[in-house]
Amino acid sequence: MSNLVSVRNLYLSFAGRTVLEDVSLDLEAGQILTLIGPNGAGKTSLVRIILGLQKPDSGTLRFSHRLRVGYMPQKLHIDATLPLSVAGFLALADRDPQRGRDALERVEIPHLLNQPVTSLSGGETQRVLLARALLRQPELLVLDEPVQGVDITGQEALYRLITRIRNETGCAILMVSHDLHLVMAATDRVICLNRHVCCQGTPEIVSVDPAYTELFGVRTALYTHHHDHEHSLHGKVTTGSHSACGGHHHD
Amino acid sequence: MTDFLVLALLAGLGVAIVSGPLGAFVVWRRLAYFGDTLAHSALLGIAAGLWLQVAPGPMVIVVCLLIALLLLALGRQQSLASDTLLGILSHSSLALGLVAMSLIPGARVNLEALLFGDLLAVTTTETIAIWLASGLVLALVYWLWTPLLAITVHEDLARVEGVRVGLVKTVQMLLLALVIAIGMKVVGVLLITSLLVIPAATARRFATRPEHMAIFGSLVGSVAVCLGIAASWWWDTPMGPTIVLASGLLFIAALTRRQRG
Repeated sequence: MSNLVSVRNLYLSFAGRTVLEDVSLDLEAGQILTLIGPNGAGKTSLVRIILGLQKPDSGTLRFSHRLRVGYMPQKLHIDATLPLSVAGFLALADRDPQRGRDALERVEIPHLLNQPVTSLSGGETQRVLLARALLRQPELLVLDEPVQGVDITGQEALYRLITRIRNETGCAILMVSHDLHLVMAATDRVICLNRHVCCQGTPEIVSVDPAYTELFGVRTALYTHHHDHEHSLHGKVTTGSHSACGGHHHD
Repeated sequence: MTDFLVLALLAGLGVAIVSGPLGAFVVWRRLAYFGDTLAHSALLGIAAGLWLQVAPGPMVIVVCLLIALLLLALGRQQSLASDTLLGILSHSSLALGLVAMSLIPGARVNLEALLFGDLLAVTTTETIAIWLASGLVLALVYWLWTPLLAITVHEDLARVEGVRVGLVKTVQMLLLALVIAIGMKVVGVLLITSLLVIPAATARRFATRPEHMAIFGSLVGSVAVCLGIAASWWWDTPMGPTIVLASGLLFIAALTRRQRG
């Protein structure tokens, strides 16, 4: 497999505060890579560097070719004075209304086409942003906290949707997340970032890495408990990685 | 009707038409205070024109544009809250313009006309210049509509999608500077922002699409200009302030309607 993106030895600091320190990563075609880490760990900065929105102090960034990139930003602030419908929002990326409708169909919200964007709920906004990213027919999809402001059930649904999009289109996905647990079933590889790369690998490996448990120990235990609860409720979310994860944390 | 009234009406409409789309962006991007700062710096442009003995119109555009770019650069630093920064620059540039004009030897300036407009004194040449400038603004807004809207909605997203954000923003500042230069004649530097903000805010209540808000804004502005000129003729009140008052009354009237979209 070829590397779509190669990042080597990135350094970044703002006003004397180190944000990224010697960060390297590779993203393969078709792979889902998740960056996790606490607030202020530099996840968003790293993503912004890869998107070309931020210049690193030093380090290199190589792409296999000129990639078509779809970007789903963390938040969308639209002033209430702007009368913009979902259709109008999507038209900013692609004027063809049919392609806009298709994109909404793929993120399972075709009924929101004519809704004003300022009236959308958190989960609906995230899906509209995802639809706009898809309009670019991306080879690389960059999702910054895609489940932000979405309730737990909605988060799982959104992660399933993201996985399905990768399976259908074969695009690589770089995703930022707070939380390993929910993202586990949706990711191939995880990089645990806390200014530097603490550990990386498959979610099963990362979840038992001492560097990871040091950062996330308590939180993970809490979430594991919650997740077990959901298992019994729906009795449906039963991929291997989930049970492996749950087992490890109960040790 | 007398000739100067026709000229006043034509000049006023030339400004009102561009104030719709430009005003919409000022409202969406919350640039009202920013626009005020630029408008105040227009006085500095007049002073510079007098000093260098060149036509004040182009100098106003140049100075406004320079101040706008300076503000964009300072805004990136973010060591001061942006309204504080604008408050400092807005009033300093107004004061500096007034002081500079008083220092120019032999210059006789009708300060009231600069501050509140003097539509009745507008000449044929000036009216033509207003329509040329407003035609240019409309053409640029039409051509750059999608990127202008895209950076309003989400700057980073637009950049990733290939919009040249810096260039588009600079053009937007140029457009604002042009509108301020022509709007000065109509309502003066102190009232220009109202001509941008009030019609756009009024149009918001009727619009369900951004394009509609821009067009309705032009219509509301045009109605305000007609009403204002008529009222000022009838009651012998200053024309610029009367136009602004007319647009304010239109806004209040529109408040009775429920907002759409």
